[in-house]
Amino acid sequence: MTEASSGIEKLKSKIGVEWQPREYEIGREMIRRFARAVGDPNPLWQDGAIAPPTFILAIGFEQFVDDLMSLAPFNTVLMGGTELECYQPIGLGDVITTIFKISNLRERQGKMGRMAFMTFDSSYKNQKQELVAKCRQMIIGY
Amino acid sequence: MTEQLYYQDVAVGGEITPLVKQPTTMQLVMWAGASGDYNPIHYDKDFAQSRGLSGVIVPGQLIGAFLGQLMTDWIGEGGSLRKLSCSYKGMNYPGEAVTCKGKVTKKYVQNGQHFVECSLWAENPKGEKTASGKAMVILPSRG
Repeated sequence: MTEASSGIEKLKSKIGVEWQPREYEIGREMIRRFARAVGDPNPLWQDGAIAPPTFILAIGFEQFVDDLMSLAPFNTVLMGGTELECYQPIGLGDVITTIFKISNLRERQGKMGRMAFMTFDSSYKNQKQELVAKCRQMIIGY
Repeated sequence: MTEQLYYQDVAVGGEITPLVKQPTTMQLVMWAGASGDYNPIHYDKDFAQSRGLSGVIVPGQLIGAFLGQLMTDWIGEGGSLRKLSCSYKGMNYPGEAVTCKGKVTKKYVQNGQHFVECSLWAENPKGEKTASGKAMVILPSRG
């Protein structure tokens, strides 16, 4: 069994289990860098006080991929889709706690080997313990 | 800034002002740094080709962020984006325009809030839909 293949088994055993919460303090330059990367000149985000709603996608994403790859070292990961729900704006000085979990995994044999079609759910709470956003991501790993 | 959009300005079937983006490989690198997504299929051509792609591809989530910009540009400072979903159906390549479009599908008032739902999509230069999704926003009301 390849590493990616045994990783798929590990991920299956974690369906529905929340991963370790992670905390991120939102800085002005994170917000501005995100807006610049999108090429979004909206004056609302230019001073880095309020983040665009899709900034949520960036919160903890790097750590999430590290956590995912340490469980299942896929050669390739492709994004299949994203569903975002925003309840409150996120801005400078917020401390956001993320919790990720895998909610579903389907498998298929593809031309590049065993492929996993995964659904991840993540929640985002601020320093007042208010739920500010939820996200669902469909990710294909092979 | 354009004028604030109000609930009363919106009609079902109406179009959202399109947004044309021109992603470059430099933008993909900026996105990698800003989003924390260091997947090499978005900046390493040899790697992307070894994984069965024709070249580096624009990250799906960047397309999602473009659709987010489409919506926040349209709803203005007084509107709020509540839901945004996007599924990535095809590939967008750097150097090619991504045109983001949308249409109003529904409008209603619930608990005193003025909701508008839209269908959204992104097109490549051939006019093919490479991503499609939905949005739900709250708009201010006149009077």
